[in-house]
Amino acid sequence: MDYQLNHLRELESESIFILREVAAQFENPVLMFSGGKDSILMVYLAQKAFYPGKIPFPLLHIDTGHNFDETIAYRDALVEKTGARLVVGSVQEAIDKGMVVEEKGVNASRNGLQTVALLEALEKGKYDAALGGARRDEEKARAKERFFSHRDEFGQWDPKNQRPELWNLFNAKKQFGEHFRVFPISNWTELDVWQYLAMEKVELPSLYYAHKRMVFERDGVLLADCEYIQKKPGEVVKEMMVRCRTIGDMTCTGVWASNATTTEDIIEEVATTRMTERGGRTDDKRSETAMEDRKKKGYF
Amino acid sequence: MDYQSSELCRFTTAGSVDDGKSTLIGRMLYDSKSIFQDQMEQIEASSLRRGESEVNLALLTDGLKSEREQGITIDVAYRYFATPKRKFIIADTPGHIQYTRNMVTGASTANVALVLVDARNGVVEQTRRHAIIASLLQIPHLVVCINKMDLVDYSEDAYEKIKEDFEKFAAKLDVKDVHFIPISALKGDNVVHRSERMDWYDGSTLMYYLENVHIASDYNFIDPRFPVQYVVRPNTDEHHDYRGYAGRIAGGIMKKGDEVMVLPSGFTSKIKKIDSFDGELQEAFPPMSVTVLLEDEIDISRGDMIVRVNNQPEVSQDMDVMISWFNERPLTPRGKYTIMHTTQEARCMVKEIKYRLDINTLHRDLENKEIKMNDIARITLRTTKPLFVDPYRKNRITGSVILVDEGTNETVGAGMII
Ligand SMILES: Nc1nc2c(ncn2[C@@H]2O[C@H](COP(=O)(O)OP(=O)(O)OP(=O)(O)O)[C@@H](O)[C@H]2O)c(=O)[nH]1
Ligand SMILES: [Mg+2]
Repeated sequence: MDYQLNHLRELESESIFILREVAAQFENPVLMFSGGKDSILMVYLAQKAFYPGKIPFPLLHIDTGHNFDETIAYRDALVEKTGARLVVGSVQEAIDKGMVVEEKGVNASRNGLQTVALLEALEKGKYDAALGGARRDEEKARAKERFFSHRDEFGQWDPKNQRPELWNLFNAKKQFGEHFRVFPISNWTELDVWQYLAMEKVELPSLYYAHKRMVFERDGVLLADCEYIQKKPGEVVKEMMVRCRTIGDMTCTGVWASNATTTEDIIEEVATTRMTERGGRTDDKRSETAMEDRKKKGYF
Repeated sequence: MDYQSSELCRFTTAGSVDDGKSTLIGRMLYDSKSIFQDQMEQIEASSLRRGESEVNLALLTDGLKSEREQGITIDVAYRYFATPKRKFIIADTPGHIQYTRNMVTGASTANVALVLVDARNGVVEQTRRHAIIASLLQIPHLVVCINKMDLVDYSEDAYEKIKEDFEKFAAKLDVKDVHFIPISALKGDNVVHRSERMDWYDGSTLMYYLENVHIASDYNFIDPRFPVQYVVRPNTDEHHDYRGYAGRIAGGIMKKGDEVMVLPSGFTSKIKKIDSFDGELQEAFPPMSVTVLLEDEIDISRGDMIVRVNNQPEVSQDMDVMISWFNERPLTPRGKYTIMHTTQEARCMVKEIKYRLDINTLHRDLENKEIKMNDIARITLRTTKPLFVDPYRKNRITGSVILVDEGTNETVGAGMII
């Protein structure tokens, strides 16, 4: 027998190690579940990590109120299947309570408001660690983040002063009121995620596979036509074969023209694509350091 | 599907500030066509805004606002690319002495270290510091990339001189495999494509080297070590008496039926089952994450270690470690720290500072033993409870510790057990 793991199994093992470390080192962790493929992968890995036990922490969904219907249906089915506990933090509620003010205009998005709802939910649940499905290959600020990312009592990230992180020794010590964000799939690329999901035969929400949808183009990005986005004059809605590469709030998730209807098709597509998956995220396009700025304030 | 047979190779950059580490990583990604169009457009626009005439490939890894303002790397950036054979995880680390701790962070798990040297300046103190760290961390392969060859007319003499200097220095280090390549990260010579301007060099390109270097056994497959990370107790009707010990194999091969001993209790038992979500396994090896079940009911918790009866680590409260110090506050002689080792945690006291390592001469300084930020020293620790340790040389997982400041919770030092 050849004692060598392939790269997907090695990544899997690393992520499971981190998930278990979180369960062991924190009192009250939570898994941030967005409904996207990365959070689905995390839930799947968490199932593996604690098998045959249940996942020993709840899932937290920050609901912007602008979801694709498929996301909610998939989420509820997953909760049912795994027996995990679901906690929902609501952006709508934060707006109703006057904690945040909704953006106006054609580019209005609730993406930024998510941070407020997230921090509120973390505080309310007294969570000391929030597991996120962010990957370092997604974006240049994320490329810099540790597995265990320390946050001060305001939930802020200080990229210039991160704790050293050596070998597999994770220092989760913190002062009262501080917490951690932990990213078990940091080292996975988009392609790794798809290859792994194919190998494990994990079914994803239909949005990820090519389907017919009414879309329109804005700033070179295709957006799904929906009641939450105000169209500018001249923006024409047409039906196209598209799929999502990431799933977030409908107002900022671009869709891609694609004919990839199976996971194998998607692997093929991802392996040859010339654009990063976040190339379709209008929230990253607001400035050169949009992600870093949001992360410093406590975004995912 | 061929992606199921590819291996993972982790490499890190090292070397002094401005020697071209980030540019090299940018060049590798660019020439191997691993840069996406939107990323390229972003860095083209940023380069233009900064008034640079060419696209600055270092911006691919220098992603933080303050890094771009200062034109240096501050913290490790992780980048990824794959060839049909291998998937690579790159840690691009800072050269600036102030951020040495971030270099150690990126290097601690690497299979290969690329040590960059500016062909104009040769081997400088920071090159030596990073080479020493790489050797202490037991990174199996060092590639010395003599960079900016374009600025020395691609001169063979310049290359040979630096190679000789480095070899002289490396002879005093514990490194097994050192390789030299003359490159220009800026122009691309010998990075992915062979240089046409250095006929005198007949070795391989950096990319060819990385794709072919033998990395198969960085792990210890000889001495079975299983630090218990988490106890799985489902307490459901179906799994009523299930008691599994979850963890990642830190060494050796563990098989069903093996006679094992549990530390620190010393109780012995047999492996009843190696369990996983995908079913039972006959054997497990590093770095697999599995769940082990034993024949006998023994009280086992996180921090305990399952080993073989006839192959045990040292169980000890006293140990000598080489420490790399990270904090602005110097190491306190007789100071107390939290120590983390595998899945164990204890307190420790610094009993003795044996010597401080002089980075330039590699001499053991027995006089000036104040250990400040970025220093490397040999110290003796006494822990409040026994740890189950191996020498770092034998096992990188059971041979490493970190020290944590009890007041600020910062990770202040990384130690390799001797
Ligand atoms: N002429 C020439 N210039 C180079 C070469 N490689 C890098 N440079 C330049 O050297 C400067 C520093 O390059 P970086 O890649 O930022 O250096 P670094 O080693 O990453 O620096 P730190 O991360 O801050 O330690 C930049 O201006 C590069 O354009 C080369 O091969 N030839
Ligand atoms: Mg750099």
